[in-house]
Amino acid sequence: MGREERPAVMAEDLVKRFGDFTAVDGVSFSVARGEIFGFLGPNGAGKSTTIRMLCGILAPTSGRGEVAGFDIATQSEQVKQHIGYMSQKFSLYEDLTVAENIDFYADVYGVPAARVEERRRWILEMAGLAGRERALTAELSAGWKQRLALGCALVHEPEALFLDEPTSGVDPISRRRFWDLIYTLAQRGVAIFVTTHYLDEAEHCDRLGLIYGGRLIAQGSPRRLKERYGAGRLLEVRAEPLAEALRILEAEPAVKEAAVFGAALHVVVADEEGERRMRRALGAGGVAVEQVEQIVPSLEDVFVALIEEADRGRAGADA
Amino acid sequence: MIGRTWIIAWKEFVHILRDPRTLAVVLVLPVLMLILYGYAINLDVKHVKLGVLDRDRSEASRDLVGAYAHGERFDVTAYLEDERAVTRALDRGQVRAVLVIPPTYSRDLAQGRTARVQLLVDGSDSTAASTAIGYAQGIALSHSARITLEALRKTGWEGRISYPPVEARARFWYNPELRSTNYIVPGLVAVILIMLSALLTAMTVVREREQGTIEQLIVSPIRPQELMLGKLLPYVAIAFADVLTVIAAGRLLFHVPLVGSPLLMLGMSAIFLTAALGIGLFISTVTGTQQTAMTAAVMVTMLPSILLSGFVFPISAMPRVVQWLTNLVPARHFLVIARGIFLKGNGLDLLWRPAVVLIVFGAVMLALSAARFRKTL
Repeated sequence: MGREERPAVMAEDLVKRFGDFTAVDGVSFSVARGEIFGFLGPNGAGKSTTIRMLCGILAPTSGRGEVAGFDIATQSEQVKQHIGYMSQKFSLYEDLTVAENIDFYADVYGVPAARVEERRRWILEMAGLAGRERALTAELSAGWKQRLALGCALVHEPEALFLDEPTSGVDPISRRRFWDLIYTLAQRGVAIFVTTHYLDEAEHCDRLGLIYGGRLIAQGSPRRLKERYGAGRLLEVRAEPLAEALRILEAEPAVKEAAVFGAALHVVVADEEGERRMRRALGAGGVAVEQVEQIVPSLEDVFVALIEEADRGRAGADA
Repeated sequence: MIGRTWIIAWKEFVHILRDPRTLAVVLVLPVLMLILYGYAINLDVKHVKLGVLDRDRSEASRDLVGAYAHGERFDVTAYLEDERAVTRALDRGQVRAVLVIPPTYSRDLAQGRTARVQLLVDGSDSTAASTAIGYAQGIALSHSARITLEALRKTGWEGRISYPPVEARARFWYNPELRSTNYIVPGLVAVILIMLSALLTAMTVVREREQGTIEQLIVSPIRPQELMLGKLLPYVAIAFADVLTVIAAGRLLFHVPLVGSPLLMLGMSAIFLTAALGIGLFISTVTGTQQTAMTAAVMVTMLPSILLSGFVFPISAMPRVVQWLTNLVPARHFLVIARGIFLKGNGLDLLWRPAVVLIVFGAVMLALSAARFRKTL
């Protein structure tokens, strides 16, 4: 299979250990060209370690990975040459002008002199900075900086783009513009690997992977993840006192899931019979049920449920 | 490889040019330090203010005072009336020393006894005091010689013996006028070099880490050695410009000669620079913020280079343990080299030993920081 036909990003049973601590534990996935892959997980779950391995700056303990057709362990130089990377810090030099930042990264990636002019024009256009080439980067607003940083990360026309929480600290309109740019890039065939905290952003992705405790505990399109989860009935339960209600429901066999969501509980039961048994259990426990409503699960519900399931699995294994 | 190193160097150079504070530090500090140290650290003792309490008031006593007033060692600035005036003048610092001539001075001389005069010296500045005592004894001795010679002439012994029979004539080599600026300026090259280069390199890597730009460079195809070399190049150039400035300013302002080879001096500066940059790089790998880096750089380079290098305070006068410790201060070794070239015109045949020490020091620092840098990636 030629380099062009392979997935742009591919991880096979990737493991990274730091001493006794396993940061990434057997992660496998792939991202096709033109696909937006969202990588989600709480802090410390192994997101950045995975990104670092894929970018060729951290060698995996075991397993293998390929980015743009190059092996991340043995061909890290080529990997770096074919990827773009942007983090939430917008790695620009504030005391350089817009044009100087672009030229600097163009030189770093060895963009041929003949192409630099054209790439600079494309980036300025894309970022909406045409005519402001000579402005100092420090004077730009966060949204502009973000788009310029994205431009600099794309100056060498990489095949895969890694975005590490790219929209932190940016206003909603700029976030929207940013995602429009990402869609355009994906349409041109760039594989996009993005980590984010915002679950509404996760909805923009073609596919999602959820990493927790170093393990990829679920992956699939946002819709598929919700459907799998939607096999039961998701109920929003308002009850008083809430903590007592949660305690009772966690002990009730008919309840598959129970978690606090704001001022209410999100409870999963199998069917209507399950819902009746839940109400009975609450009544017997002396909890006043104010409202029970069936709702469509959000990604947040899905992830909370998946993480709790993972925690239970781990507790079971320990016992 | 060379291309990417140059790009980093260019970028670093633009950073320096656009940051007025760094630019000022780089350009003004060396000259400022030179002027400050050149004028302030004057270890020469001349024109010591001398008070005189003459209780004899004879021709012989006036003759003695005249011997002290002659030349540029002492300036007789006050004739004092009594003991109380002596105390007052010393307390107020009007005079640094007082010559007390007893009432029996001329009588003792005439009767062939040793005439004793007293010198009261303000000992609060011990260096100046001991120099003044040396001067005073020298003057007393040569005055005695004149008196003896005259007595001999009267007895007709003249011609049978020359006086003094033995004379030790001191000639100072390398620094014939014993001017302390000749001593200070070569040392200043060391202090300025190590401080600036360690400070600036420590800051430059830490700044990229603080701003998060280092992350972007790490995921780029740039290699760590290209990055480090590119970052150091502008500072090497600046440090060399500063060395030349200090040598030129030392010559113009303080007439400090450069006896030895200027090329050897620059070559040795380059070796010393490697050690200084190594320290800076190492600091940058162990500190997280620019502020810590700056403080660490000053503590590790500037203070030992001024206090423990022999720049101002002679190492031979330090306690043995401290003397041993000074071997860890790179400026100490470079000072031997700089003074050797500046004042004695030494060549490599005499200076290879400290040069080797500096090379080893620089290599160890660079290796340490490279190892630390890889771990922090």
